[in-house]
This record gives sequence, C-alpha cells and structure tokens, in this order.
Amino acid sequence: MQSLNPEVQVPISANCAHQSIPVLNIATVEVDRQLHICNACRYCEGFCAVFPAMTRRLEFNQADIHYLANLCHNCGACLHACQYAEPHEFAVNIPQAMAKVRRDTYAEYTWPPALGQLYRRNGLTLALATAAGLGFFLVLVLAIKGTLFPGPLAGNFYAIFPHDLLALMFGVVFAFVVLALGMAVWRFWREVSPPSEEPIQMGAAALEASEAVLRLKYLDGGHGEGCNEESDRFTLWRRYFHHCTFYGFLLCFAATSVATLYHFILKLEAPYPLTSLPVLLGTAGGLGLLVGPTGLLWLHWRRHPKHGDSDQRPMDYGFIALLLLVSLSGLALLAGRDTGSMALLLALHLGAVMAFFLTMPYSKFIHGFFRSAALLKFASERRQPDRVRMGGE
Amino acid sequence: MIDVLVIGGGNAALCAALMAREAGAQVVLLEAAPRCWRGGNSQHTRNLRCMHESPQDVLVDAYTEEEFWQDLLKVTGGVTDEGLARRVIRDSSHCRDWMRHHGVRFQPSLSGTLQLARTNAFFTGGGKALINAYYRSAEALGVQIRYNSPVTGIELKDNRFIAAHLAAREIDGVHWPAERIEARSCVLAAGGFESNRDWLREAWGQSENGDWAADNFLIRGTRFNTGVLLRALIDAGADTVGDPTQAHMVAIDARAPLYDGGICTRIDCVSLGVVVNREGRRFYDEGEDFWPKRYAIWGRLVAQQPGQVGYSIIDRKAVGRFMPPVFPGTSANSLSELAHRLGLPEAAFVETVEAYNQACRVGTFDHTALDDCRTEGLVPAKTHWARPIDTPPFYGYPLRPGVTFTYLGLRTDETAAVHFSGKPSPNLFVAGEMMAGNVLGKGYTAGVGMSIGTAFGRIAGSQAAAASGHQPTSMTVGQDHAIA
Repeated sequence: MQSLNPEVQVPISANCAHQSIPVLNIATVEVDRQLHICNACRYCEGFCAVFPAMTRRLEFNQADIHYLANLCHNCGACLHACQYAEPHEFAVNIPQAMAKVRRDTYAEYTWPPALGQLYRRNGLTLALATAAGLGFFLVLVLAIKGTLFPGPLAGNFYAIFPHDLLALMFGVVFAFVVLALGMAVWRFWREVSPPSEEPIQMGAAALEASEAVLRLKYLDGGHGEGCNEESDRFTLWRRYFHHCTFYGFLLCFAATSVATLYHFILKLEAPYPLTSLPVLLGTAGGLGLLVGPTGLLWLHWRRHPKHGDSDQRPMDYGFIALLLLVSLSGLALLAGRDTGSMALLLALHLGAVMAFFLTMPYSKFIHGFFRSAALLKFASERRQPDRVRMGGE
Repeated sequence: MIDVLVIGGGNAALCAALMAREAGAQVVLLEAAPRCWRGGNSQHTRNLRCMHESPQDVLVDAYTEEEFWQDLLKVTGGVTDEGLARRVIRDSSHCRDWMRHHGVRFQPSLSGTLQLARTNAFFTGGGKALINAYYRSAEALGVQIRYNSPVTGIELKDNRFIAAHLAAREIDGVHWPAERIEARSCVLAAGGFESNRDWLREAWGQSENGDWAADNFLIRGTRFNTGVLLRALIDAGADTVGDPTQAHMVAIDARAPLYDGGICTRIDCVSLGVVVNREGRRFYDEGEDFWPKRYAIWGRLVAQQPGQVGYSIIDRKAVGRFMPPVFPGTSANSLSELAHRLGLPEAAFVETVEAYNQACRVGTFDHTALDDCRTEGLVPAKTHWARPIDTPPFYGYPLRPGVTFTYLGLRTDETAAVHFSGKPSPNLFVAGEMMAGNVLGKGYTAGVGMSIGTAFGRIAGSQAAAASGHQPTSMTVGQDHAIA
C-alpha cells in the first residue's frame, strides 16, 4: 500500500495479504497505520468493542475505518495502557486517531450532503444558529406584542405565541430534523454495512446494541470501573454525566410529547400546574440537562490533552453550551412564568430550543446516532462467522 | 531513615514495594526511567502463568503444580532449582487476589491465544495497565516514587546493605546533585542486562570471521536495563547464577525498533512455511511442535546463523492463519523474484524451496493439531504442517534475534536474599529478572517471567520489611485464593 502521508514512517500497511483498498485522507491513513500495530498486539481487547471488531479484519478499508471510528467511545483506556504510545516511535493513540476520522464521518454522511461543511467550523455553526434562534423569537415577541415586557400573563405562553404558530414552526423543523438525521444514519449504515450473504439475527443484535447504548456499556472500561479522564485512573463520572444528559433529553422530549397529547387528545391547554405530568417530566429532564452537560464540560476541561482531537473543542463545547442554554432557559422560564419577564424568558427558551433543533443533524448531537449504528453493526457482525481464522493451536 | 529502598520500577519492584508498605514499612522506590517509560519490561508483558486446580475466573480447566513443574522442567532442560520453581508455582495460584486488590484486572485469553486459556491469566489492557495500577496503588498507600533515578552503585558492609548511590544528573534541564540514600533494607529489582550492548557483545563474543553476533540483536524491551546494578553486585562478590548468553530470546521482525518493539514485532508464520538463512539454506525443523511451544527457541537459532539473520517464507495458503505481523512482508510472484527482493542467493534459495516442496508428504493439513504433513528424506526435516510453497504470491519476513531478558543473575534462596560466598545477606534481597535465572536456566514458557517476578517481588518485599523491623501482617501473606 502506498502511503499518502509522507510523515508516516513506521509500519504503514502491515499485512501481506492484499493491497489495501485506497484510503482517502490523512486521518484515515493514520487509523489504518495504527490498527495494523494494534492488530499485531491486541492487548486492549478487553476494554471495548473496537478491538474485537478489529481482530475480525486483516485489512481496513474506508468503510471499516468509518465504522470503527464511530464504535470508539474515546474512553482513553487503550491510550493509557498502550506500550506503543508516545514517546514510543510507533506513536499509537487510537482515541485521537479515531476522533479525527469520526468528525470526518459526520461531515461525510450528513444530509443534505452540502451541509457537511457545517462540521468544519461547528462552533461557528452553533453560535450563529443560537443567535438566529434567539433573535428570531425576540423579534417575534416584539412584532406580536410590541414590547418584551407585556406584563404578567399567568404562565399563559399562548398569550404571546399562538399555539398553532408554535406547533407549526416546531413541527416543520422537527420533521426536517427527523428526515435529515434519518438520511445521515442511513447513508452511514449503507456505507459501513454492506448487505451480508449470511442471515443475521437482527433482533438479538438490536437488543444487544440497545443495551450497549442505553447503559453506555463501553464507558465502563470493560471491568466496570469506568474510563479515563485526566490520568490512567478509572472513573465512572463520564458515564453518569452522559446518562444525565441523555435521559434528561428524553424526559424533556417526553414532557413535550405528553403536553401535545394533552392539548390535542385531552383538550387540556397549557399552562399546566407544577405537579402535572408534563411539568414534572420537563423539570426532571431540565435538571438532568443541567447536571449532565455541566459535568461533561468539567470533565472535558480536565481531560488528558492526548485524548481525542483538540481541534474539535469548538464542536464539543458549543454543543454542551447549547444544551445548557436550553436547560437553564427552560428552568428559568418555569421559575418566572408568572412574572413580567415571562415573555422574555419564553423567547430565550424557544430561541435556544429552535437553535438546538435546527442543528441536531449538524452538531455533536449526531454522535449518538452514528455510535448506535456502529454498535448495531458490531452486534450483528459478532453473530456472523469470523472470516479471519488464526491457527488455533 | 528509610525502611525499605526498592531499586527498580517494574512488576517485581512494585510487588516488593507494595508488600513492604503493607507491612508498615516506609518505602522509597527508585525507577531509572522517566515516568513515560516506567515499568521496565513489564510494560510489554500480557499475562501470568498460573497454577490452578479447577476453573478460576478467566482460567479454564486446571493446571496443576505438577504439570506446571513438568513444563518448566522441559523448557529449561533441568537447568532450574526445583525448590524455588515450586515456590513460584504455588505463589502463582494465590497471588491474583492480592493483584486485584491493587487494581490489576484480568481478562480471558486474547483472540489468537486460545492455547494459553488454560495456563495464563491475561491482564486487561496488558502489562502497562498492570504497571499503571500498581503505581496508582503504591502512590495511594504512600510509597515514595522517584523517576529518573538510576542507581550507579551500592554500598555494602559485611554483606549488609548500607546505601545506594545516584550520580549527578540532568532532568528536563534541572541539575540534580549526586545522592547517597541510606535504608534499613533494600530490594534489587532492576532487570537484566539486555540493553547493555557492550555486555551482550562480551558475552556472545566474536566469531571466526570477525562478526560480533550480539551487534545484530534487537532488544524487545526497555532501554533502561543496562545491568549496572547486576555488575556492581557481581563485582562486590555476590553469588551468581546462569550463563550470560542465556536469555529469553525470540525471532522477531528484523525491521523492529532497536528497543521496546514488544509483542507486535514477532513473526508467527514460521511453522506455516520454511525458514532460510542468508545463504538460502534451511537450518531447523520449522514444524517441530506448536509455535507457542517453539517460538522461544528461534531467537537462539537465528543468533547462530551467519549474520544473525533468517527469512520466514510462506505462500498465499498461509495468509490469515497467523497473527497479523506489524510490518508488511516482501512479496513476489515467483521464488526467484522473492530471492532477488530479499537479497538472497537466488539459485540456492530456489533449490532449497524446491527440494522442500518435493519432499513434502501432504496428508490432512490441520494447523490446530500435530498433523501428518511432513517431509521425507529432507535434512533438516519438517515434521508437521509441511505443505509445498507453490501458491503465489510468496512472502518473506526477515528475522533477527530479539532479546527479551537475560538470565545471568544473583543466586538466591526461598527468602530472596542476595548471597555472598554462600551466605545470605541479612537485609539485601533480589527479585525479578535479576534472579529469574535461578528458576530459568534456559528456555522459556509464556508468562513465567511475570510469575517469577510476582512471587519473588512479594517475598523480597516482605523480607525487606521484616529486616527493617516490620513484620508482614496476616493479610499480606494471605495464602489461599478466593475465586472472584
């Protein structure tokens, strides 16, 4: 195989079997180089799914690398345990090499494809979307009410924005988001998972993958003690804060869904009392979305500099900041819904939520979808016979 | 004054430091390497050979004391000390709970290492993860760890340890003056001398044609095992054991880095093809036994060839049947082209392979058994897995001897004490590669280095603590294992 990266001196493509399928860019070539070292070592097999998936291959084409990059949870365990990490001349750093490819996959499989560019300067993307969302709703309040402080309205949001207007705006955006995310995941899946000749028990695989997603199995280090943050010490905090964020998001989503049912089916109109189901779900979710992203931000701040790709900090921090803006403004709105600031708080919250929705297919949000797809591929692949057969002596 | 000074920073040193600290001693550990290279050869290890009477968490089936002993007897050809060997074997059956207590985690045998699932407990993440866990535990327990601290000499009085000397040195631009560190007792666990090129040269000598064989050796492990302390003790009259040319030596890819190539540079396709020397001639039965039982002799075999080089030759049939090598093989569509690309004498090489091909009596090829594919009338014979090398593309991998660790060490007994003219020192102990030669006079079997280092590290730590006035507690000498 020829190297496209002149700086890569140490083992490039290390197997004699076939010429590699051409790989496209430096980030992918680097993963290919490192995986050939890993495949000859294999000490990290117990940490996560990446290495067992790697050992099923002798060569790594672009689809393999895109799949493995999204299977990697960037837990850091393999870096701290690596006998070939810097200052070793092999300079193996799988979490970092995978992270670089991972962002490329977000850009590559995004739909519509032209919007993949939004991942190149993702911090800017999120900042502009947030500004636009906030600006839009503030102007909308002014346009409808003529002032940002129309006085206390007893928590009646619809006194500011008519229900149907909100339902229409968010409905349209949400439908687009579902379409864009679905298309992106489909494009990714089709690339990494070509149709198989062997029948696969997709049900069992889906069950296993769901468990890995919902429990964040691969943030447990393989031994249940967690992943690495600032050092070779293991901690479960990243897993816990992810759970807060993920389930917080789902609770907020559930709150909105329940409220929609209340409105259209039960004909119960907002504002709902503090002890009602939508408010309880939303409050719990909001707290989760406050604690989770704050914790993740704190961990990210302290993380070992060699974990992941520092170029992606604007994407990571931007996403966390937007999540925090959504939860903070939501909780502030709940606290101030009976005051004269309600209209302003509502505009801020809706602006943040709109920015969050609009950027769902073009932000770090997508990582959960691609990772889930990669986990499903891992679970189904595991159920197929291993094509690589070492002498089992 | 420090109670226990541990010199070294690998598995044995850490085991000693942890045991001594658990016994209540104040412990200082001196690691020659900077933090990023800490752990000596232990950072490249992956498992521990363990005796067990019944299935035990990651270990299947049973591996009895007697079977372990017989394996050791076989690989060493009897050059071992039965008492010490059995001590290591028994310790290996109950040390793992203590290891877990200090953060070491185990996993089932890695893919491609099924043959070790019964005998060897693999560390989750390998040896560097083990080392990290031990260092974390040692720090948490209050062991004082000093990196960049190579000991240059030992002060002894009437066979008693008095102090260790560190030369003045420069670390990250900061000047550190020479130091003299006193302690009540001391554990030596600073490794063999495999990274000392001059010593290897001296040990292996010069051939008739003027070659220094050792100049062509690669070192699979750390560059910090220069044997300074071993030499100092030998000069001070300590009793030694072993032959300086004996070592755990395997055939590795000739393109591996000079140091720290570790596991990934090994070439596992020897038994699937033939191996020729630089003259294009075969020199040993490639199919004598399963590769995991033979890999440890091939370093020495290659070391005995002209130029200390060999070439493992396979054809397409072998691809995918062995652990993928880290460097690409040289490939060609004909044998003469392969000879040309590898820089081998074409006629001799082609003749060797053709003679081999014609001698092959192919039965039922089975790489997982000692099959009936063998050669007839060929010298040296290939007794299993002999299939003609006739399916292009052909591949060649250059081999060099890769030294893992040397066996020349300090003679010791069940107390791990360093001996002077047959008498044990009251406060100087030894563990790890510096004494492994007591158990391993020659040969090797996977994971036994870590078994020796763990057993004797633990003994040396307890003994050193006791010599400094701290008796080990019952917890630290816990005898029986519980199954996790």
